[in-house]
Amino acid sequence: MLKERAVIEVDRLVKHYHVHERPPGVAAAVRSLFSRPTRVVKAVDEISFKIEPGERVGFLGPNGAGKTTTLKMLSGLLFPTAGSARVAGHVPFERKPEFLRSIMLVAGQKQQLLWDLPPAETFELNRAIYDLDRKAFRATLDELVAVLQLDGLLEKPVRQLSLGERMKCELAAALLHRPRVMFLDEPTIGLDVTMQAAVRDFIRRHNERHAATIILTSHYMDDVAALCPRVIAIDRGRLVWDGSLSDLVRETRPEKQISLKLATPVEPAELELAGARVLSHAGLEIKLQVSQAELPAAVSALLSRLRVVDLTVEEAPLEEVLSDLFARQAT
Amino acid sequence: MTHAALPPPAAGSRLRDISLYRALRAFPGLLRVGFAGAVAYRAEFLVWVLAYTMPLIMLGLWTAVAADGPVGRFGEREFSGYFAATLLVRLSSGAWVIWDLNWEVRQGTLQRRLLWPIHALLTYLAENLAALPMRLAIALPIALLTTLWLGPAIWASDPIQLAIVPLSLFGAFLLTFLPMAIIGTLSLWWESSVALYDLWLALYTVFSGYVVPLELFPPGLGRIVAWLPFRQMLAFPVENMIGLVSRERALHDLGIQWAYVALFALLAHLMWRAGIKRFAAFGG
Repeated sequence: MLKERAVIEVDRLVKHYHVHERPPGVAAAVRSLFSRPTRVVKAVDEISFKIEPGERVGFLGPNGAGKTTTLKMLSGLLFPTAGSARVAGHVPFERKPEFLRSIMLVAGQKQQLLWDLPPAETFELNRAIYDLDRKAFRATLDELVAVLQLDGLLEKPVRQLSLGERMKCELAAALLHRPRVMFLDEPTIGLDVTMQAAVRDFIRRHNERHAATIILTSHYMDDVAALCPRVIAIDRGRLVWDGSLSDLVRETRPEKQISLKLATPVEPAELELAGARVLSHAGLEIKLQVSQAELPAAVSALLSRLRVVDLTVEEAPLEEVLSDLFARQAT
Repeated sequence: MTHAALPPPAAGSRLRDISLYRALRAFPGLLRVGFAGAVAYRAEFLVWVLAYTMPLIMLGLWTAVAADGPVGRFGEREFSGYFAATLLVRLSSGAWVIWDLNWEVRQGTLQRRLLWPIHALLTYLAENLAALPMRLAIALPIALLTTLWLGPAIWASDPIQLAIVPLSLFGAFLLTFLPMAIIGTLSLWWESSVALYDLWLALYTVFSGYVVPLELFPPGLGRIVAWLPFRQMLAFPVENMIGLVSRERALHDLGIQWAYVALFALLAHLMWRAGIKRFAAFGG
C-alpha cells in the first residue's frame, strides 16, 4: 500500500530579518538620517520536519523562538530567506489560490472578522472569496453554529462580542472553506478556562471528524497536553525537539511527582526516603520528587509510614519540562 | 473519518482555475459586504464626502472673477457649470486605499487579505467601489440642483459624449485608485508612503483642473499638462460632461485615460508582486 505523502514538508527553512537599531536620543535620531545600522535577526534557522495528514502537532518555544514566523512562512505570508517548504502539495509563498483554499491561519492576536459588522457579514464575505457553493456553505455554517454554539452571535456587531465569542466566530470564519491544514497561533490566548476548554474540545473534534492537519502554538500547556500527541519545539530559531509529548516528558524530566495530603503533621525526617527529594512541605500538604525506578517502593513506604488522606502521582508539569528543555539548550 | 476537502469542482472547473475569473465571481459578494461596511460608517462617510468643498470655494472665487468679464471661454455660468461638474467627478471617483494599505502594512493586518485566494488589490478595489452608491446618493441631487440652477443646456447633449460620461467617471475612479495602490504598495519597502502620496496630491491639485480649468494655463504648459494622467483624473470627465470638448477630443481623451488605466494596473500588479516578498507581517 502506498504511504500517503506528508502534508507539510519543511527542509532547512530559514528566515532572517534585518532590524534597524538606534539608541534613544536626539543625537542618535540625527545620526540615523545618514547611517542606519542594522542587525540580522535569525528568526528561523534551518529547521526541518514533516507532518503527516491528520496529525495534531504542538509547535512550542519561548517568546521570540520563531514559532509564529514559521507558521507565517508555511501559510505563505512570509517569503523565506532560504530553504524550502511544501504544504498540501504547494510551495506556500507562490500563494496559488488552490493552496490558499486548502489552509487556514487563526492567530489569537490578529482578527479576521470585520470589526463593525456582524460575523454573518464576514462569513458571507468568505463565501464569496472562496467561491463556495451556497448549499455547501449553508451546511458547513449550520454545523459550525451548532458545534461552536454561535446562536445569537451572528447578527451582533463583532465589536460587541466578548473575546471568547469572537474567537469562536474567528474559528468558524476560518473553517467555512473546510481547509485541510489548520495553523492555530495561540487560539486560546486571553480566554477564560471554560472557553479555553470549549475551543480545545472543538479543535480536537474537528480534527477527528474531518482529518484536518493541525499545527498549534500556545503558551497554555493545557492546550498542548489536551490536543497534541506530537510536539515540535524550537528555541532561538533552531529545532530542539521533534517527537511525542510523552517521550519529551520522559527524556527531559524522567522523575515523577508524588503529592500527599496527610491526616496528621509529620517531621521532615519522616519523609526521608531513598531516591526521593522533598519539593515542598506546607502543613499537611507535601510534594516529593522520585525517580521512576524508586516510585513503587516510595509509594509503598509512604502509605505504610504515614496517615495518608490522598496521594497522587504525576508527571512533571509541561511548563517545567519545557523550561528544562530550553535551559539545557542554552547551556 | 471524512477527509476535509472542498466539494468536487463543478462544471466549468477549468474556468475556476483562472484567478481573474474567481475574482470576478467573488466581486458581487465583496461589493455587497463593502456596501454594508460603508453603511456602518455612514456618519463618518458623510462628513468625509462633505469635506469635498474645494470645488465650491473655487466656484465662488472664479464666478467673482468672471463678474467683471469672461476669462477665456469662461463666463460666470461656465465657471459655475465647470466647478459643479468638478464636484460631481470628485464625489464619484474618490478612493482611500492609500491609507488602508499603509495602516495594514504597518500593523501587520494585511495578512488577513493575503490569506484569501484572490488578489489583495482586488479586495481593496471592491471596498472602494462599494461606497459608490452612497456617493451617488449625494452626487445625484447635486446634479439635479445644478440642472435647475443653470438649466439642462449646461450638460453635453451629444449622445456619444453622454455615453462617454460613465466610462470617463469609472476611468477617473480607477486613475484615483491605482496610483494610490501603487504608492501604497511602496509602504512594503518604506513602512509609510503617505508623504509621497501627499506630493502626488499636490501635483493633482495643480494639474488636474481642480482649481483652474486647464485651458486657462499658458499654452506651452497646457500642452504638456494635457498628456499627464492628472487631466484624465478630473478635467477630461468634467469637460466632457459639460460639453466643453468636441466629440472627437472626448474620444481621444477617453483612449488616453484608459491607456493610463492599463499602464497603472500593470505597474500596480508588478509592484505588488515585488513588494509582497518584503511583507514582514509585524505585530504577532
